Amino acid sequence: MSTFIFVALGVLVVASYMCLYRIGCGPTAPDRTVAIDILGVILVGFCALLSLLTGRDFYMSVAIAWALLSFIGTIALAKYLEGVGFDE
Amino acid sequence: MNEQIGIVIIVVGLLFDVFGCIGLVRLPDIYTRLQAATKSVTLGTCMILIGVCVYTGLGPTGVKALICMLFVLVTSPTAAHAIARGAYKFGVKLAEPKVVDRYADAQPEEAGAE
Repeated sequence: MSTFIFVALGVLVVASYMCLYRIGCGPTAPDRTVAIDILGVILVGFCALLSLLTGRDFYMSVAIAWALLSFIGTIALAKYLEGVGFDE
Repeated sequence: MNEQIGIVIIVVGLLFDVFGCIGLVRLPDIYTRLQAATKSVTLGTCMILIGVCVYTGLGPTGVKALICMLFVLVTSPTAAHAIARGAYKFGVKLAEPKVVDRYADAQPEEAGAE
């Protein structure tokens, strides 16, 4: 069981690196915003698997708080993007 | 028995997560990336949380996983909608073999009404 959870955490780390690639070389600012949002949702699943691995339940509290903060940050970035022009 | 069902659900959720991130890297413009990544990653994370709940039973971890799943299921499409609207107002164009742009068709009527 522990081996399976380590493999699952490795898969999620690979997915997070794909998001980091899109954050690093996204052509426009909304691409980076999408990647930040997706990275937050993936890390919620990461915290859930950590809670399964260690058997402690405060990791799920960390996941709930992370989901809240990620949502608020994404909404703030989206409202910021509406106001800025994109002059090429 | 619950352990095997939980592991199967977690594996399916991991596959959805990885495919959503491959779509985030591979697709051509912001709107296709948004729809591929948001829908499949939301489903994948919800399935991971359901799998954790099935694996551990309805203890503290399982109930918190269910609450977190409901929260992700509500907030992630809302954030995607806000990002799509922000990206359109930001001025990002659609990728070139485009089919339809209903939002641009609806804009002049609103401007005329104002």
